[in-house]
Amino acid sequence: MSKILVVAEHDGSALNPSVAKVVACAAGLDAAEIDVLVLASDAGAVAQQAAEIDSVSRVLTVERSENSHAISAILAPQVVAMASDYSHVFGPSTTFGKDLMPQIAALLGVNQVSDIMSTEGSYTFKRPVYAGSGLLTVEAPSDAIVVATVRIASFASASSGNSAPIESADNSTEVPGHTRFIDLVSGKSDRPDLQTSARVVSGGRALASEENFELIYKLADAMGAAVGASRAAVDAGYVPNELQVGQTGKIIAPDLYIAIGISGAIQHLTGIKDAGTIVAINKDEEAPIFEVADIGLVADLFDAVPELTDALD
Amino acid sequence: MEKILVGLKRVVDYNVRVRVKSDGSGIETDGVKMSINPFDEIALEEALRIKERGEASEVIVISVGPGEAQQQLRTGLAMGADRAILVESDTPVDPLSVARIFKTIIDRDGIDLVLLGKQAIDNDNSQTPQMLAAIWGRPQATFASQIDMSGDKAVVTREVDAGLEKVEIDLPGVISVDLRLNEPRYVKLPDIMKAKKKPLEQIALADISVDPVPVIRELAFEPPVERARGVIVDDVAGLVAALKDKGLA
Repeated sequence: MSKILVVAEHDGSALNPSVAKVVACAAGLDAAEIDVLVLASDAGAVAQQAAEIDSVSRVLTVERSENSHAISAILAPQVVAMASDYSHVFGPSTTFGKDLMPQIAALLGVNQVSDIMSTEGSYTFKRPVYAGSGLLTVEAPSDAIVVATVRIASFASASSGNSAPIESADNSTEVPGHTRFIDLVSGKSDRPDLQTSARVVSGGRALASEENFELIYKLADAMGAAVGASRAAVDAGYVPNELQVGQTGKIIAPDLYIAIGISGAIQHLTGIKDAGTIVAINKDEEAPIFEVADIGLVADLFDAVPELTDALD
Repeated sequence: MEKILVGLKRVVDYNVRVRVKSDGSGIETDGVKMSINPFDEIALEEALRIKERGEASEVIVISVGPGEAQQQLRTGLAMGADRAILVESDTPVDPLSVARIFKTIIDRDGIDLVLLGKQAIDNDNSQTPQMLAAIWGRPQATFASQIDMSGDKAVVTREVDAGLEKVEIDLPGVISVDLRLNEPRYVKLPDIMKAKKKPLEQIALADISVDPVPVIRELAFEPPVERARGVIVDDVAGLVAALKDKGLA
């Protein structure tokens, strides 16, 4: 029977939605126990949210002032100090987890299983390689601890309603001071979160300017959707980096994804392959995006998008 | 700062449409164009710019891979690296072992900064930089889109899910780079000729003693489930009708 430790991602006040997805992945194993570990300066609110996720056995909190920002060199030794009781240590395949989990693996002397898409057994997992052009089944050794990141777009969130016990853990592991948080600049918006929204409207290079991207925002607002972008649109400076969808950006699985003026490079498509319905609007009928779109419209976006916005508003 | 170490992985070129072998044993690589992992090329470009600004004196490129990886190291030398190290292995080497090999070279050569791509585009593991920082006990700054050196410190802007995060790290340390850090230079023909005379040290994997790592076995490869091609609608009214049909509008 597996005993799984899930390292919680949070921003100090809110639990990241990735945690309920990692718990869902863990629950797919033959799990005897799933504990969620909250490392924070003040864990109260976050731990409370984690305790509500079904399948969670216990929420463990470590409160230290050094944990006020997620610095992996500080967090990893604390996780490692608590890992020996567990057969598996899981984290999300978000920038938080990608930064942290390989450090935990290295300190434990094992390789990491990156981006679990499905669990085939307690030690057998499927993961994407080559930007999703191949799916690889891997088997981790059963006599070593398994450290893994979970591709959160592949899992539905675990349900909530639980009230798991919250236990404060004493963790005085020595941590380094060689890495210091300075600041975080994020494009604050009232729109739904790209990673978890059921609807996403994305724009590409064909928008041609930051001003024109307003068309995408208007359509998204009319639909209550989150806004995304292709790498080309981010590179060109039309939108900030956190909106990028694809192999090196966010991997998402909304019910509805509308790609506007996006040609559909494989690196982009790998970020949306689990979307429910893909809609493509592009004036180039040869664009690869049409090979994966459920509904395609060959049209000039500057005509079609305002018309669609009016129709849906 | 003296020395910057840059990892260059030999991978299937970015533009190749990768296919899974029909027997599921791996990826089709016969006759396929191989290149430097694009993220690693960005790491090298950044190292060269730091050196050109007078903030470092030597740029060393290293690869762990087959003998053919000499081609990628020569390209790195042609871009401007001073010398190259190939740790030769005919079979793929796992990320933790690569990190331990890098650590061995760091201890031998005295490295101040390691610049690595944030992931390799073949296995998409994104592990080696973080593992190296962990076993070295030095800072890491992953997914860098801007690096400002100041003496024995670096201020790094990181592309994270929430936006742009700035951290300050003490050197020596490890920085993994993201796409928007820079645009790598093109190699010119005279530089390719010059690169042939630069030192390229070959070390057999067996001559670097790193502890064995528990192996994650690769059982089978399969192609992804293809999405079926859908319908093409004539106009926006058709699109709205199709969305309503699916209960999405």
